[in-house]
Amino acid sequence: MTHSNVMADREGAAAPAAGPARGETVSRLLQQHGALMVLFALIVFGSVAFDSFAGGENAASIAVSSSFLAIVAIGMTFVIISGGIDLSVGSLFVLGGVLAAYGSRAGIVGALGLPLVVCGAIGLLQGLFIARSRMAPFIVTLAGLLGVRGIMLAISDEGATTYLVEDRAFASLGQDGFLGLTYPVYLTVLLCVIGIALLQRTGFGQNVFAIGGNEDAAALMGVPIVRTKVLVYFMSGLLAGLAGALNAARLSSGVTILGIGLELDAIAAVVIGGTLLTGGAGGLTGTMAGVLLLGVIQNLINQVGNLTSAFQQVVSGVFLALVVIAQRILSRVQRLT
Amino acid sequence: MTKSTEPVLEATEVSKRFPGVLALDQVSLSLGPGEVHALVGENGAGKSTLVKVLTGVHRPDGGRLRLHGRPVAFGTPLEAQRAGISTIYQEVNLIPLMSVARNLLLGHEPRGRLGGIDLPRLHAQAEHVLAGYGLSVDVRRPLRSLSVGAQQMVALARAVSVDARVVIMDEPTSSLEPREVATLFGVIGELRDRGISTVYVSHRLEELYQICDRVTVLRDGKVAHTGPLAGLDRLRLISLMLGRDLAEVRAVGSAGPARTPDGAAPVPVVETRGLARRHVLRDVSIEVRRGEVVGLGGLLGAGRTETAKAIVGAMPVDAGEVIVAGVPLRRRSTAGAIRAGVSMLPEDRKAEGIVPTLSVRENIALAALPRLARAGVVSDARIDRVVETFMRRLRIKAASPHQRVSELSGGNQQKVLLARWLAMSPKALLLDEPTRGIDVGAKAEVQTLIEELAGAGLGVLLISSDLEELVSASDRILVLRDGAVVAELAGADVTEEQIMAAIAARSGEEPHG
Repeated sequence: MTHSNVMADREGAAAPAAGPARGETVSRLLQQHGALMVLFALIVFGSVAFDSFAGGENAASIAVSSSFLAIVAIGMTFVIISGGIDLSVGSLFVLGGVLAAYGSRAGIVGALGLPLVVCGAIGLLQGLFIARSRMAPFIVTLAGLLGVRGIMLAISDEGATTYLVEDRAFASLGQDGFLGLTYPVYLTVLLCVIGIALLQRTGFGQNVFAIGGNEDAAALMGVPIVRTKVLVYFMSGLLAGLAGALNAARLSSGVTILGIGLELDAIAAVVIGGTLLTGGAGGLTGTMAGVLLLGVIQNLINQVGNLTSAFQQVVSGVFLALVVIAQRILSRVQRLT
Repeated sequence: MTKSTEPVLEATEVSKRFPGVLALDQVSLSLGPGEVHALVGENGAGKSTLVKVLTGVHRPDGGRLRLHGRPVAFGTPLEAQRAGISTIYQEVNLIPLMSVARNLLLGHEPRGRLGGIDLPRLHAQAEHVLAGYGLSVDVRRPLRSLSVGAQQMVALARAVSVDARVVIMDEPTSSLEPREVATLFGVIGELRDRGISTVYVSHRLEELYQICDRVTVLRDGKVAHTGPLAGLDRLRLISLMLGRDLAEVRAVGSAGPARTPDGAAPVPVVETRGLARRHVLRDVSIEVRRGEVVGLGGLLGAGRTETAKAIVGAMPVDAGEVIVAGVPLRRRSTAGAIRAGVSMLPEDRKAEGIVPTLSVRENIALAALPRLARAGVVSDARIDRVVETFMRRLRIKAASPHQRVSELSGGNQQKVLLARWLAMSPKALLLDEPTRGIDVGAKAEVQTLIEELAGAGLGVLLISSDLEELVSASDRILVLRDGAVVAELAGADVTEEQIMAAIAARSGEEPHG
């Protein structure tokens, strides 16, 4: 920090209730809503470039296909704000789908209950290892990724057995809806609203931010570190299982290959949405914009038609890199003004 | 205001042992209601250990803690906080990315109807609290956008607002502006009036005399003195901290260097001009000539280590330049300084020096590898030659060059580090506490080595809290206080007494001759 900046700081502090400097405001807006702005720009571009893009049907299809990633990304947002990472959500998503299809023999209760209980328990276990034994989240959830994938392969006979959804009411939960959108889309919106309230208006949310911002200081300030972390990973596991179950309902079967690598999409969506990968700052509106951005990119590439889905990953990757670079620059601007 | 004599917080014969060290040896401390108690001592005296015992970070091995007469044992900092002991750390311990208001009231947020956090009330309450500390800022801004002083004030407001009965402040003014220090003292005065006691840890004597009622001096884990501050002479306080008895020093007089540098070259090997860094260094200009040992005296936090770090480019400076053998160092980096011929032996050799899992040989050759290589290929034979030379010259006691360096004694580890830098054939060496934590015999050997090295033409800058060592090894001594050189002692003036007088002098006053 140079001398002149410190001086600026002091003036800011001395002035009665001085408003934030303009550079800071702009950069904070960009950090928080950059993804939303780019999303908007892409939608405008897509509408102009492709006739088939702007229609309500296409918009609904983007929303429907994005909703599953969105549910996973909500949990991931909490994890990343708390300064951690959860690599196991892709595997939990798949396991949740297989378990839901299997459990659907016992009706809708079994179809939803089985994946939620198992995936929630695995998330809880990971949280306990991370918070209590102070193991690195990366390692614990990497072990979770591999282990859960193993469990999934074991119960599906290495993917040879595909369980079909037997319960009609459960299948309807993933396929039907109203106003042109399926139930998972509405559920995503509901979960997102609850998540925002949790983050901004509860002690739990404050604790998540505090731990991600400075864990040692948070401990000295009386934040219950272990409880908060365990809850965060529990939520992440639960939401991944729920998303997987809904996906199985949509497809009427527990598909064993879809969802592999989903954890990386979720992390990408969260980071593109402006949440700092180092923790301590971020939010769910950004994450939702990030998820939709990935969905729109994929949709646009599909519109072009002759490009493969591999190309979509290249675009997403480049985009993620740009966002991380922009975040660094923006956070430097904010620190200095 | 009625002051009962019943102590608020009382530590009785508290001991704390770490592997190899008795950090606290039956230390007792008693804090009356509304009392501002200064806790002073040099590095390693046990101050921070005592603070950590009082705040629940460490559990004492022996002794008792009493709060309001009742025995207490804190398992975690949180328990101590709940019991009414709040701590303000030297580094601000808040969450930089969270807003000022959320930091201030984390865990105590005002609630709305549905049990959610009531943001308008949160902000209003935060503004109200901070106004009481002379701070009017937008409480919705992230904490890190505030100046360090304002952040410190938020930390103080938070510490006091959580129903504190004892506030422990660990060097709270180290990053404050004079105006902010005045505010802080105002707050401490208010605390005193409300009967809240303060433990004040600081090295700034001016501040201690201004604000504190009583003082406890720690030295080598023991209480060296405790009593009222008023009437305690500054010189006496410093001699208590440094552990040098005034009478004894006067009787022995100057040890003085036995060796005088002959034919000192006109151009200094290392020279600094006006080194400055906010809150750390003020206009530090020093010269070290060939074959000369220049000592840096002063209390902990006076800017000795920082000066050395600034010279080798390990700490950025706001102003000033470093000149090595007449050539200014342009790009400031440790690599640049090493290339120019200046190396620093850091104070914390475990954290900043040796690589414990590597062998003696590898540790010595580490920095010199590029010099011992041709086209990127390192010659084993050349390394062996260098390593063998230095092991003999510095009398490093190791079973073989391949022994792991972590198995050596502290003194020999220090010599391995010395060898590492000597292998670079430097022009000057900066030694920060080279004999700390090594046994007496090894200490004498390292001291002899320093003398030999200077005799061989090296310029040496020596930092030592051991006054006896500093006086006996140095040709000249510069005394630092609050980041500025306050005295230069040479020849017959190089005595422990003169150093202490220079440290004790009030700012703006010449040390008495």
